[in-house]
Amino acid sequence: MAAPSAHVEAAHDEHPYGWRRWLFSTNHKDIGTMYLIFAMIAGIIGGLLSMAMRAELMEPGMQFFGNPEVFNVFVTGHGLIMVFFMVMPSTMGGFGNWMVPLMIGAPDMAFPRMNNISFWLIVAAFCLLITSLFMPGAPGANGAGSGWTVYAPLSTKGIPGPAMDFAILSLHVAGASSILGAINFITTIFNMRAPGMTLHKMPLFVWSVLVTAFLLLLSLPVLAGALTMLITDRNFGTAFFDSAHGGDPLLWQHLFWFFGHPEVYILIVPGFGIVSQIVSTFSRKPIFGYLGMAYAMVAIGVIGFVVWAHHMYAAGISVNTQAYFVFATMVIAVPTGIKIFSWIATMWGGSLSFKTPMLWAIGFIFLFTVGGVTGVVLSNAGVDRSFHDTYYVVAHFHYTMSIGAVFSIFGAWYYWFPKMWGYMYNETLGKLHFWLMFIGANLTFFPQHFLGLAGMPRRYADYPDAFAGWNYVSSIGSYIGFAGLLVFLFGIYYAFSRKIHAPANPWGAGATTLEWQVPSPAPFHTYETLPRIK
Amino acid sequence: MAILDRRLMLIAAGATLASGPALAGMGQPSPWQMGFQEAGSPIMEQITAFHTYVNVIIVLIALFVLGLLVYVMVRFNEKRNPEPSRTTHNTMLEVVWTVIPVLILVAIAIPSFRLLFAQYDFPKADLTVTATGSQWFWTYEYPDQGISFASIMVQDADLKPGQPRLLTADHNLVVPVNKNVIVQLKSNDVIHDFAVPSFGVKLDAVPGRLQKTWFRAEKTGIFYGQCSELCGRNHAFMPIAVQVVTEDEFNDWVAKQKASASLDATGKVAAAH
Repeated sequence: MAAPSAHVEAAHDEHPYGWRRWLFSTNHKDIGTMYLIFAMIAGIIGGLLSMAMRAELMEPGMQFFGNPEVFNVFVTGHGLIMVFFMVMPSTMGGFGNWMVPLMIGAPDMAFPRMNNISFWLIVAAFCLLITSLFMPGAPGANGAGSGWTVYAPLSTKGIPGPAMDFAILSLHVAGASSILGAINFITTIFNMRAPGMTLHKMPLFVWSVLVTAFLLLLSLPVLAGALTMLITDRNFGTAFFDSAHGGDPLLWQHLFWFFGHPEVYILIVPGFGIVSQIVSTFSRKPIFGYLGMAYAMVAIGVIGFVVWAHHMYAAGISVNTQAYFVFATMVIAVPTGIKIFSWIATMWGGSLSFKTPMLWAIGFIFLFTVGGVTGVVLSNAGVDRSFHDTYYVVAHFHYTMSIGAVFSIFGAWYYWFPKMWGYMYNETLGKLHFWLMFIGANLTFFPQHFLGLAGMPRRYADYPDAFAGWNYVSSIGSYIGFAGLLVFLFGIYYAFSRKIHAPANPWGAGATTLEWQVPSPAPFHTYETLPRIK
Repeated sequence: MAILDRRLMLIAAGATLASGPALAGMGQPSPWQMGFQEAGSPIMEQITAFHTYVNVIIVLIALFVLGLLVYVMVRFNEKRNPEPSRTTHNTMLEVVWTVIPVLILVAIAIPSFRLLFAQYDFPKADLTVTATGSQWFWTYEYPDQGISFASIMVQDADLKPGQPRLLTADHNLVVPVNKNVIVQLKSNDVIHDFAVPSFGVKLDAVPGRLQKTWFRAEKTGIFYGQCSELCGRNHAFMPIAVQVVTEDEFNDWVAKQKASASLDATGKVAAAH
């Protein structure tokens, strides 16, 4: 893909060209660009894995996967790639790197070299994960079929081959990358805001990145510790998760979900920030209840750390423990509701224009609400008895992740496209992309609620014939969504070949944040003189 | 043609949208089902009632949000409302949309806790069985009756007419109707999960732990479930088939099992049925 065009660069300072510019990059925009390209590649691979799964599940019986364990490997690969190598690199690595310094008036990130190592570590981690797909895993199959949750003892005794070790090391390295990135964001946001940019004047996207960075910083070390224990259990004879030798499989689940639940907010909170920027811009109105919006994200982040065992209602934890986690989990609905209503209140009285980014944002708001309310259902341990590990859960987290996080990413892509690349995208293609994805995602995931209610367990390569109908609909929906992805890629090609130059601010009076003050595309170096915020 | 058939089925499904759970089968799922399987135990009846209640609330909330979105899109688009307002605060409104969700959550939480504690209110056991998960089958033991057998999925080629694919096991877990059955769960290797949707039962079988759950089947028949915790290659192929029979039938079955077990002890071929 083309880099920010050369004619703008020429007007600025000397900087490395060719491969040195990218491999040794310390520039937040170049690193952000690399993150975005990386996330696209990973997203296409992760998407192809899901297409293969939906093709298999389109009809009952085994059609494409000879060995059901290979299906499990695809499930695992899809989950890990989408979480660690698509959503996180695009929201934090891509848009975070690109926009946080621009939005707070900083010349670059606080630790530019650490930014470089963050990026190249995630590439290394991805290589480890892809390698894992081709290594021996469980007897008779290649790849790690542990699920992204890597539950012991399936991940210790159940998958003896090196594929599991590669996957674990991949997560380790990806975690290190994210911790370094989080430190960078926190330092940048706390120390490098332009004069006058107080915390309470920061754009909500910067707030969302700040909250996410704290979640990363506090949760990933726990994952790293747990993964290290898993490695020593597998290779060095320890027994942290082996009940036969004084360990406990549930210890893994507690440690994993202590990371894992904040992780799902890591995936979605930047999306909250993105949607706030887009809604405010295209309503031509400041965000409604700015402080409430900022502190709702803080509250979601804090509560997100004390609800982890709602993933374990069926694991055999005591009834009183379950009761606590029911209560704590429900509380999250309150700040989430504040966000939904504040977005609507921002639009209320506004002057709405329905450009492509706004379509993604409005789609996000409604469908995230759908995913949110099914989350309220699932928070109740009593009824989760029926839903745990069924397709209802799959539907729920895809409404929040696949529709929520991904819609916010595409919204951000179109919103900042002119700023990042200097060209206008094509509105028709952008809208076609949106509608295909919107219809496809709903057709894919809404019927999965019915499958879950009827009792279809998740992570199944084959299912009883009664589940055939809705699975067929779901597969058709996923193909429509994938067609949307192709339109997205064509839209990029189209915009870069048409080269319609974008003004500094293509969105008009609603775009009030600092990044719209600099030219499009944003020059290689920005804010050599710090802006002053009144 | 097949595609046309499916389309017709889709339309039929759409027509039954309103009466979703009416399609629910007994003890197993049915095509195009949109609700829970029919309840076969008092706990599942409670789960179903609670879910219906919460589902009404969440559908209303989702429709409310949808309605607001449609309204702002129609009323406040740039053609009808070229001059945006500058309103960014309304303390009363913000208090309202914080407090009302809290009240809704309280209204959900109270019956939710009642349901949760009912599930853990273990009755006096009429029958205790132990289910042990292994890769990839279940073993059932009746410690008080001295019966033990493995339950393995019947392959597609060996199914008899009427037997559901992937759900049918060679030997069912046989229990008497209207009796409290305590199920103890163990695992031999990785974590499995004993789940029977129509009884509202789902609990992990964790190696090194003895966990227990219970159900009281109120109808006779065969009730199917499937392993509900990823356990490797044949995770989808280790069904749980619970056959609920009358007390007399159960006693006969126990006697037969014991007889065949003693035959087994004298060196004859074991036959669990």
